This record gives sequence, structure tokens and C-alpha cells, in this order.
Amino acid sequence: MDAVDPNSFSGPSADPSAGALSGDGVSGDGVTEQRVVHLRGAVALLGRFPALAGVDLDINRRRIVLLRGPNGAGKTTLLRTLAGLVHVSEGEAVVLGVDLLTDRRSVRQRVGLLAHTTGLYDELTVADNVSFWSRAARADRSDVDAAMARLGLDGRLRTVPVGRLSAGQRRRTSLACLIARRPELWLLDEPHAGLDQEGRDLVDQLLREATDAGATVILSSHELDRSLQLADEVVTLSGGVATRDS
Amino acid sequence: MIHDAFLVAGKDLRLEWRSRVALNQVAPFALLVLVLFAFALDPDRGLLEKATPGLYWVAVLFSGLLALQRSFSIESADGNRDALRLSGLDPAGIFLGKVMAVGVQLLALEILLGIGVAVLYTTPITGWILLLVTAMVATVAIAAAGTLYGVVAAGLRVRETLLPLLLLPVLAPVLIGSTRAFEAALGGTPSEGWPWVGLMGVIAVLYIVAGVFGFGPLMEES
Repeated sequence: MDAVDPNSFSGPSADPSAGALSGDGVSGDGVTEQRVVHLRGAVALLGRFPALAGVDLDINRRRIVLLRGPNGAGKTTLLRTLAGLVHVSEGEAVVLGVDLLTDRRSVRQRVGLLAHTTGLYDELTVADNVSFWSRAARADRSDVDAAMARLGLDGRLRTVPVGRLSAGQRRRTSLACLIARRPELWLLDEPHAGLDQEGRDLVDQLLREATDAGATVILSSHELDRSLQLADEVVTLSGGVATRDS
Repeated sequence: MIHDAFLVAGKDLRLEWRSRVALNQVAPFALLVLVLFAFALDPDRGLLEKATPGLYWVAVLFSGLLALQRSFSIESADGNRDALRLSGLDPAGIFLGKVMAVGVQLLALEILLGIGVAVLYTTPITGWILLLVTAMVATVAIAAAGTLYGVVAAGLRVRETLLPLLLLPVLAPVLIGSTRAFEAALGGTPSEGWPWVGLMGVIAVLYIVAGVFGFGPLMEES
């Protein structure tokens, strides 16, 4: 397994049990040690509608993978499925060595999901929000401060209630919550949305640092020019089915 | 679990402190209920004194419903529910934290209502210890049952109307027990109130145990 830089706060936490697969690099599920995501014929239903209709997808560690596709293609559902929030009803689904069909909860602590919603409490300040979500994930105090400083939230914004922030500042706060917990797998739904140019550049930089430090990134975006430059691989989703672009 | 419980309780109480919903909406509502009861029964002073324990706990229950709904509405906003599920917090810890936060708010409300009852209803107190223990045990029972049923209703669009429908019937034994114990403490024989406190204690323990084990699956499904 590649070395993880413990000094980079955007890298995954150095939990020795995290991502543990069998010693020869191949798990009982036939998932290699480098493989972070393994889906075979994965079906996820939203009500009766198959939002994922038999997805086959393998993603290796330290890659940045762009999910693209039209609205309603299943990008958000795929990200939520990989985060352990959506039940996989058929097929195989293994994320970070955890079988999602039998145990969705244990993968959640090891992934970071940046969704369309912020997951923030409007009445609490920026510092309160980042501190709460980071302490919930057992993040170090130093990681919390570093994450806020990195996202430009360490000045007067610290004490501003989130409800009074602009959309871009809220996005930055959500990103600070995410990077403070050092996830092994970053799942980002339109990460550039609502951010100014500087913020978008910062996101790209954070993602590169995260993969350098050993994490894996899967993002969906409609900003194809920017995201194609960033991504190592591109996966197109259409009608709940994934196709890897060459 | 304990770490998570204190973390969630601290967050909920900080949210309440900043938003002042309980202070600005729930407390005035509770006092208004007491005043309306006083006006309604004022011509018959004897009846008012006799009905004080029941009126007090009905006011606590109605006001507590608002606090419970608030406890879950803050988790319904802007993806907070998913964030909680992804946070790594122990569901049992989340449950206990919410029970603690609601319990603290209910106790504050009960003190306020107690002052209101003393001023408006002038009821004599003969059993202070029974009164205090009843308030504590009933508060835990209401907070635990309310939090458990609150998570069931939380994911539904009709949660504001569903929660009272689900909760009030199951809290009927707590309402009866607390009223009887208060009757014993307010001008009655205190020793007659302790069996009711025991009953409420059993109910509180049952809901705490059910919440510790059931809150996680309920949070997943709702």
C-alpha cells in the first residue's frame, strides 16, 4: 500500500485498520488492495425507480475520477451509494473493502461527501459547525484549525452564523468540515458550484493534495473544461448505467 | 457513546441558545396555556386548586411537543440528517444527546410553569422531594419517548401533525402518573405519590433502552 503523508491535513487519517484488506493485496471479495471502489451490476432503487440500473465500476486508489452525464443520469445517487447512504439492492458493491450490501455504516466514517446540501446549522457560527462535525469524526483540534485557515474561514468569518453567509462561503464551510476529517474517499457533487474563481482553484488544489496524500476522489461536475483537466479518469453515466471513457 | 451524547446535547443546546425558539415561542405558549386555564376555572377557585396538577402537566406536555418538534426540525434542514448519518456519531449517542437537550429545555420550562402555577393558582406544597423527583422522572420519560417517536416522524412531510398523534397516546401513562404524584405532593399525602413515580421510572427506563437500541435503525429508515 502506498505511503500516506500524515502531515497533509487533506490526506486520509492514519488509521491502521482503515482500508485493511488481506495481506496478499487481494480481499475475499476479489478486490485488490489498490481498488477503492468495486461495483458489479449494482442496482439502487429510489422508490421503485432504478436510479442505478446495474453499474459496473472499478476505481483504484489515489485517482481523481470525474462522473459526467445529463441531469437525472444517476450521478448523485452513485455518490450517495458509495457513501453508504443508499441501499444497494442487487449486484456487488465494495467500497474501501467494506461490502455495502451487508454493512453500510462502517464505510461512512471513512468517506467525505460534499453534497448539494451543506449539512450545516444556520444558527451556529462557522467555527461551531466545523468544530461539531470534526469532533463527531474524532478529528484533531489542529486539523480543524488548519482546515478553517485553508478555506479562508479563520478571520472574522469564524464567528458569523452560517445562515448569514453567502452560498460560496457556506460551500467553503462544508469543505472545511470535509477536509478536517481526512476522508480516504472524497465524494464531491458539483464541488465548484457557488464558488468564485479563487475558490474553484483552491478546490482543485485540495483535490490534488488529497490524492498525493493517498486519498481517492470521485466528483461529478457540469464544469467539464475544469474537471477534465483535473481528472485522471472519466466515467459517463446515462440512465443509471456507467461507461468508462477511454 | 457518552462522548457523542454530550457532543450532540451541547450542539442542540447551543442552537437553542442562539435561536431562542424555546424562550421566545415555547415559554410564552406554555404560560398562555396556564393563564387561559386560570381564566376558564377562575369562578370556581376550589376546582382550580384541585385541577392544578393535571393542568400543569398538560401544559408541560403541549409545550414539550414544540420543543421536541424543534429538536428534529433542525436536523431536517439542508441535509443535516445525511450529515448526521455520515458523521460517525454513535446513533445511541445521538439519541441520548437529544434526550439530554430536550430534558434540559423541559426542566427549564417546568420551573417557569411552576412559578406560574404558584402565582396564578396559589396551591400549597406538602411534599417538595416528591415534587422534584416526579418532575425529574417525568421529564426523562417525556424526553426519551418524544425523541424515539420524533425520529419516526422526522422524515415525513406530515411530521408536525403526526408527532402529537403518535406521542400523546403513549405518554398518557406518564401524564396520569405525574398528575397523581403531584396531587400527593400538592396538599395530599406524599407517600401515595411514590408508586406513581416508580411507574414513570419504569416507563423512562423502557424508552431509554428502546432508544439506545432502536434509534439507529429508525434513523436509517425514516
